[in-house]
Amino acid sequence: MEKYTKHTSVAALMNRSNVDTDQIIAKQFLKKVERTGFGIHLFHDWRYLDDDGTIANPDFELNKPEFKGARILVTGDNFGCGSSREHAPWAIDDYGFNTIISTSFADIFYNNCFKNGILPIVVDADTLKKLMSEIDANEGVEFTVDLENQAVTTPAGTSVSFEIDGFRKHNLLNGLDDIGLTLKQADKIDTYESKHKEKFPWLWAS
Amino acid sequence: MAKTMYEKIWDAHFVHQEPGQAALLYIDRHLMHEVTSPQAFEGLNIAKRSIRNKHSILATLDHCVPTKLADRINLPDPIGAKQVATMINNCEQHGLTLYDMESKNNGVIHVVVPEHGFVHPGMTTVCGDSHTATHGAFGALAFGIGTSEVEHVMATQCLPQAKSKTMLVKVDGTLSKYSTAKDIALAIIGRIGTAGGNGFVIEYAGSAIDALTMEGRMTLCNMAIESGARAGLVAPDQKTYDFLEGKEFAPKGDAWDQALSYWKTLPSDDGAEYDLVIELNAADIAPQVTWGTSPEQVVPVNQTVPAPNDFEQEGKQIACKSALDYMDLDAGTKMTDIEIDFVFLGSCTNSRIEDFRAAAEVAKGTKVPANVTAIAVPGSYMVKEQAEQEGLDKIFTDAGWEWREPGCSMCLAMNGDQLKPGQRCASTSNRNFEGRQGKGGRTHLVSPAMAAAAAAAGRFVDIRELEQN
Repeated sequence: MEKYTKHTSVAALMNRSNVDTDQIIAKQFLKKVERTGFGIHLFHDWRYLDDDGTIANPDFELNKPEFKGARILVTGDNFGCGSSREHAPWAIDDYGFNTIISTSFADIFYNNCFKNGILPIVVDADTLKKLMSEIDANEGVEFTVDLENQAVTTPAGTSVSFEIDGFRKHNLLNGLDDIGLTLKQADKIDTYESKHKEKFPWLWAS
Repeated sequence: MAKTMYEKIWDAHFVHQEPGQAALLYIDRHLMHEVTSPQAFEGLNIAKRSIRNKHSILATLDHCVPTKLADRINLPDPIGAKQVATMINNCEQHGLTLYDMESKNNGVIHVVVPEHGFVHPGMTTVCGDSHTATHGAFGALAFGIGTSEVEHVMATQCLPQAKSKTMLVKVDGTLSKYSTAKDIALAIIGRIGTAGGNGFVIEYAGSAIDALTMEGRMTLCNMAIESGARAGLVAPDQKTYDFLEGKEFAPKGDAWDQALSYWKTLPSDDGAEYDLVIELNAADIAPQVTWGTSPEQVVPVNQTVPAPNDFEQEGKQIACKSALDYMDLDAGTKMTDIEIDFVFLGSCTNSRIEDFRAAAEVAKGTKVPANVTAIAVPGSYMVKEQAEQEGLDKIFTDAGWEWREPGCSMCLAMNGDQLKPGQRCASTSNRNFEGRQGKGGRTHLVSPAMAAAAAAAGRFVDIRELEQN
């Protein structure tokens, strides 16, 4: 996994609430058996006018030329709700976003982001409104995200600090694989498992 | 100290916590289907890691499989066929139990797993599928995970987890005979919203929950995720034990007695504290219908479509306006005046035998209008066979329904069963998101009996009035 470093990038605005993972990556694209290549299908039903995805919808926010190359997505409450499909963060990552700012995220989606080097930043409603209005007033504006210092800064002089679990921050900054970290505790898992077998023998009967 | 059921299950599965890291939670059961697993197997193979406990895994094919018999032999969609073939190959290669399309056990993962007694009270259970919450009906801590976590559990039998907050949803009183677990689930989501459960594990309790059948409890817990909760839980009781006894993966003999005495220690202690308590009166819960594009956009069937001004929050007003546009509905329209084109009876929420009995009771002797298509998709071959033994298939086909093979079908419309743009569907599934049942399709979530009544009338019907007419 790529390390998450401090960056200054275009912040795209998508002012919608309860964006679900069916919208992020539609069902017809879930049949691939690889992890890559989902970016062109991100927000398909909103983004394109045709089923084949060849005609861009000029009314869709992210199709604005000002938001081209954006790595930061600023969006409404409860982003990523619904289905557990990890194809959603795969598509977001493949499209080019590595940061999402909202007031809240759905639980499974939030977890999935960290497995894919994406930083979901939770801010309060007033802060979100402020960030949104700064983009509205100046489309194409670049925000700076500094994970190390847990801050988002803007050219208008806004500085927002955010909370993040220390372990997750460490893994993002270092691009660490969760599985490798868990496997370092293999002896603890072995010990637990032998006790578990004694306590719940029926679980191991088959 | 008095503990909740969630805390008891957590404590029993806590493996270790390194300073500054998340706790490692041991996982007892791992359920799989073809859509969210291929990349996990790929990752495992690339890293040359093996599966730690193959007996913890049960797999099925459900999301991509056609529900017309002829199409199951020769899958018309080559990409879906590749996903199915990949799943079969992965399970063979790793020696995992798979209920493939030829198996008499095949069906939707959250329907077949309880049929075989694979998940027991007190177990931690995961699946790359948000509706894993279903198994909370057995007093198991069951939740959906992403594909990276599927790989993590295969390799380590553990997951790094943060402890959730606890919410008690207490539903007391008696449900009217026209309302079901589905209506309780929708009423709760209508009350707390689709983000109301974020960060929580919900425990459902109260006399109305005690009175539910196991199927009803599965429907209720299945939709815990639609309120944003990590999982839903119902305390195990005699109904739980009776349901499990004798099933293939249930403990037998002495092991049964041992398991039973453990299961009886699981319910929350008297005086256990929750972070949040919500109370509902079952008698107030009318049959529900969603009107919008989020499960929280729901009203009792005898009410009207709301207007943006009916909501206080700006976000909800915007969501209402955009939902009315997408759904092509005018505020103030009576729900019972909304005409439908399609009816879907199925999904991991409502495709168990009890659901087909309830729908058949209403469908009996009716006729689906010519401009309406109604499909009945059993959750599994076991449900299908049972329904056919009881003659329910005949009731549906006589009424003009299509009787299909099992699968997820139009719940997420990956298998070819889908709405055409603009079509309106009364659906017993769990999500009414934009495009969920096909691009431009409009979904209204209802209970099985409400779906059957809508199929007969070509519009929504308040089933409480049916008998009086």
